[in-house]
Amino acid sequence: MRPYLAVLRTRCRLLLQYRAAAAAGLATQVAWGFLRLMILEAFYRAGGPAPMTLSQVSAYVWLGQAFLAMFPWNVDADVRDQVRTGSVAYELARPIDLYSLWFARALAMRTAPTLLRSVPLLTAALLLFGMPGPASAASLMWFAASMLLALLLACALTVILTASALWTISGDGASRLLAAVALSLSGNIAPLALLPDWLGRAVVLLPFSGIVDLPFRLYSGNIPPENAWLVLLHQSLWTVALVALGRGMVNRGMRRLTVMGG
Amino acid sequence: MIRSVRRYARIYGRLVAASVRSQWQYRASFALYSASQLVATLAEFGAIWALFARFGSLPGWRLPEVAVLYGISNVAFALAEAGARGFDVFPGMVRTGDFDRLLLRPLPTAFQLAAHEVQIMRVGRLVQGSAILAWGCMGLGIEWDATRVSLVGLCVVGGACIFAGLFVLQATLAFWTIESLEVVNIVTYGGNQMAQYPLTIYRPWFRLFFTVAVPLAAINTVPMAALLSRPELSGLPAPLTWLAPCVGGPFLAACLLVWKLGERRYASTGS
Repeated sequence: MRPYLAVLRTRCRLLLQYRAAAAAGLATQVAWGFLRLMILEAFYRAGGPAPMTLSQVSAYVWLGQAFLAMFPWNVDADVRDQVRTGSVAYELARPIDLYSLWFARALAMRTAPTLLRSVPLLTAALLLFGMPGPASAASLMWFAASMLLALLLACALTVILTASALWTISGDGASRLLAAVALSLSGNIAPLALLPDWLGRAVVLLPFSGIVDLPFRLYSGNIPPENAWLVLLHQSLWTVALVALGRGMVNRGMRRLTVMGG
Repeated sequence: MIRSVRRYARIYGRLVAASVRSQWQYRASFALYSASQLVATLAEFGAIWALFARFGSLPGWRLPEVAVLYGISNVAFALAEAGARGFDVFPGMVRTGDFDRLLLRPLPTAFQLAAHEVQIMRVGRLVQGSAILAWGCMGLGIEWDATRVSLVGLCVVGGACIFAGLFVLQATLAFWTIESLEVVNIVTYGGNQMAQYPLTIYRPWFRLFFTVAVPLAAINTVPMAALLSRPELSGLPAPLTWLAPCVGGPFLAACLLVWKLGERRYASTGS
């Protein structure tokens, strides 16, 4: 465990250096949050029943902006370059498990920027932009637990995206395609509850809802605390499955790895 | 004058052809990139469709009308993205000093950057945007005549000019900051997102910004007032609403002027 913790710690420290980028990103994410909220508000003005209240939607949008850096929308660029140049072969010489190493790197990549951005953004949203607080203490507790699992799920997906480079070598088209699919189905574009019922019910079952949609609905009480165990079960099962899949990909990919060059 | 335009057009064609050929060497990567853009943009429009299905309407607007706005904005954005890619990578050129090489060549730098690596993978957004635009136009239920068709075309061109101008402005800032400014994405990518919906649904301060500072209203509600014969949408005299998208031309020209100012300030950072 120790080497992986060391990787996690040093990567986090490195990523926390990019504070100016985080400040710029923050402004962008706030503007984007307003834009998304205004569009959804306009639809709510049409009246009609909706499975989510407008204040639940507001919480959903701001949480989505705050935790944007946590979603699996990109690959570990260093690892991708290692695969491209062939220096990934050095990693095989180290007495560590490659999947766990990449997972630890993903964990740092998903955690450090999120910490930098989410705290100020949530503070501003709660105090200034009218974001509602959690529905209850129980909702908040389940939300926190569910976000931890969401983080692990996002990392499992990130490693799968990264490992796809072992097949495509040049270009990251495949990982981009996967990321586009994952983000679209996660509820990042529109809350899954607002999709037509037949579609929403199907999409929620996929792993991606566990990163965005389900935890955010726990926060606002749209999913009541007594049903929270279902969310955690969904996230845990998919995390186990995706870790197994990623591990299989890395093992198989490394077995067929050919390093070129002299 | 004519001769120099022809000369530029020929050089531009050559540079674009070269960059297309080089990208064509990575066919699988190109296919996957385009597919990923297609998925992302399809999901975006899927969300609009789903919200209409859930709520019935957006106050005052029907789905085909929003589809037209969405199509115009996306096609314009894709064209601008393909044409102004050089401005996107420009901050990196300033940082490494590579921009010096462009200054040595006997062509305007803005021209060289516009011809730099025209990305064919942007075709995903272009195809999807055109399809949605065509679908929306058919669903509008209006009499199509030559002026209405050319208005839609004008909107696309005008929008492409506005977005290209914004890319140029974003790059120009790098003369001062030496790094790319993510904040400007608010008006580029954010502007595209905004212009996919009618401007009337937003809050007043937001509408004002996208009318006066970044004139995206000129490819949004204003021409829609002419297209749908709903003058109350714009509050402008009718002839002006037909010509509104032309604003894109002067906007791009102004941005290029700022670019020239920035360029005069350039001092190489290279070693």
